[in-house]
Amino acid sequence: MSGVHRAARVLVTLWWLQLKIVAVSAFDGVLGVIYPLFFATTAFLMFGQSGNPQALVYAGLGAAVMGTWSAMATSASGALQSQRWQGTLELLVCAPTRLALAVLPVTAALATVALYSLVATLLWGRFVFGIDVAIASPVAFVVALAVTLASLATFGFLLSVTVVRYRTGWALGNLLEYPGWLLCGFLVPLDLFPTWVQWLAQALPPTWGMAAIRSAAAGQAPWGEIAVCAGLGLGYAVLATVLSERLVDSARRHATLALT
Amino acid sequence: MSILEARELRRSFATTTGVLRRRIEPVEAVRGVSFHIERGEVFGLLGPNGAGKTTTIKMLITLLLPTSGSATILGHDVVADPRAVRRRIGYVFGGDRGLYERLSALDNLRYFAELYAVPAREQRARIGELLELVGLSGRERERVEGFSRGMRQRLHIARGLLHDPDLLFLDEPSIGIDPVGARELRQTIAGLREQGKTILLTTHYMFEADELCDRIAVIRQGELVATGTPAELKARVSAGSVLEVEVFDALGDRLAIVEALPGVRSSTMTTGETSQTLVVSVDAGADVTGATLDALHGIRVGRVVTRQPTLEDAYVELVGS
Repeated sequence: MSGVHRAARVLVTLWWLQLKIVAVSAFDGVLGVIYPLFFATTAFLMFGQSGNPQALVYAGLGAAVMGTWSAMATSASGALQSQRWQGTLELLVCAPTRLALAVLPVTAALATVALYSLVATLLWGRFVFGIDVAIASPVAFVVALAVTLASLATFGFLLSVTVVRYRTGWALGNLLEYPGWLLCGFLVPLDLFPTWVQWLAQALPPTWGMAAIRSAAAGQAPWGEIAVCAGLGLGYAVLATVLSERLVDSARRHATLALT
Repeated sequence: MSILEARELRRSFATTTGVLRRRIEPVEAVRGVSFHIERGEVFGLLGPNGAGKTTTIKMLITLLLPTSGSATILGHDVVADPRAVRRRIGYVFGGDRGLYERLSALDNLRYFAELYAVPAREQRARIGELLELVGLSGRERERVEGFSRGMRQRLHIARGLLHDPDLLFLDEPSIGIDPVGARELRQTIAGLREQGKTILLTTHYMFEADELCDRIAVIRQGELVATGTPAELKARVSAGSVLEVEVFDALGDRLAIVEALPGVRSSTMTTGETSQTLVVSVDAGADVTGATLDALHGIRVGRVVTRQPTLEDAYVELVGS
């Protein structure tokens, strides 16, 4: 079996099994249902005060992607910490497969679950708040969503590999959750921020993904933004892959793989 | 060529104390451990808690880098060539952890079969064989969260054998398992030995080591204090006998008095549910029964037995000295 074929097989099988792990927990499921809807409701009520239908559409799209960001930022870094607690992190490192191939399916499964958050938020806005998000270019919209989710998975991948080396690295995800809402332009236009913040925002794939989703919904060409989003996502994946090997070596040196 | 060679392995850790004024102090967990394991051998690594057994194993299975020294497994250096080492070894540790609780036993094995590059067309047959070997056939579709500790442990062993490793590390596999489960586990390990598997086993149970191991190394405070076959280790104390006295009161300074008796090599106390047992290692030809009972005058005494030394006696003498 070729290396590429084997890598693809590892990714798909582990993604599917990780999805099973996430899907069988009723408790996680309830949290997954309630959390994004709570945030979306808050956003809809705030933007509803303006009386501007366009502002509600802006909030509807923003809240949808905001839920996926929250799901990824906090869950991805917590996922490997859970593996440390259940003793499987050492087994992942101890296996001959590169750690990157073992970790990426974990965050990919989380991104798949985050897709629910996105769809549920759009439906919640439509049927509870009457926000009619007209999608002018459905194909471009679906592509923009898929690329945004994929880039979120690779961003989560980067966050999660830090947990291999640092036992409290999971806190990084929690730290990024709320700043990410602002930096990625989910609810507030980036033009309102200082230039240096805007530069920082440009380095985050969801910023471009969000812009692409809005462009596709408005009927403008989103392909440039999609390309940048995909490029950044790929860049984060490469960075995380390289970093994962370095961090494993460092963890072996500093004895941080296990709990004790 | 030995399947495993460890040469002067050392590992120190940094421990931190204090909050505002933090102090970092090094702790030497393993201090120059050297040993080798031959193909087909079951090698026991025995020692009390904190002696350095798990740290030694973690260096050998590439989870920790040694501070100094070196080790090779089938000629591959554990520091320079970790991936080659990982392909040839299996690692099983004791306790409840190390499995995906929400997945079935079958899915757990599929997960690790992928990570260990078991060819897709061989996976089904291999997993079936291993489930049969560890006695979990018929239970493979149940989620692991419902498994008893013994079942989990047997599943661990199946996981460790998925890629048919040349060397299997079993780190306290029987810890916390009930007697029946532990017996089944020993049978599984004995079966692996009969198949010619090379195994490094750590355990706190001396009868387990005596029953399963071809050679044993005893580690104390990070250093090997003895290596040999179970018979050789027992021979260290067999030129004599062991006196056991069941006592029901605290001994106070009487232990020191017993230890000072002529013909007594050493003495230790073991604690049972309702009583304690004074275990006295006695020189060959010496009879200290009367003198010992005199020393215990005023203390409630039960059963008094003189017997031949066991591996446990040898172990206690080695780690206690």
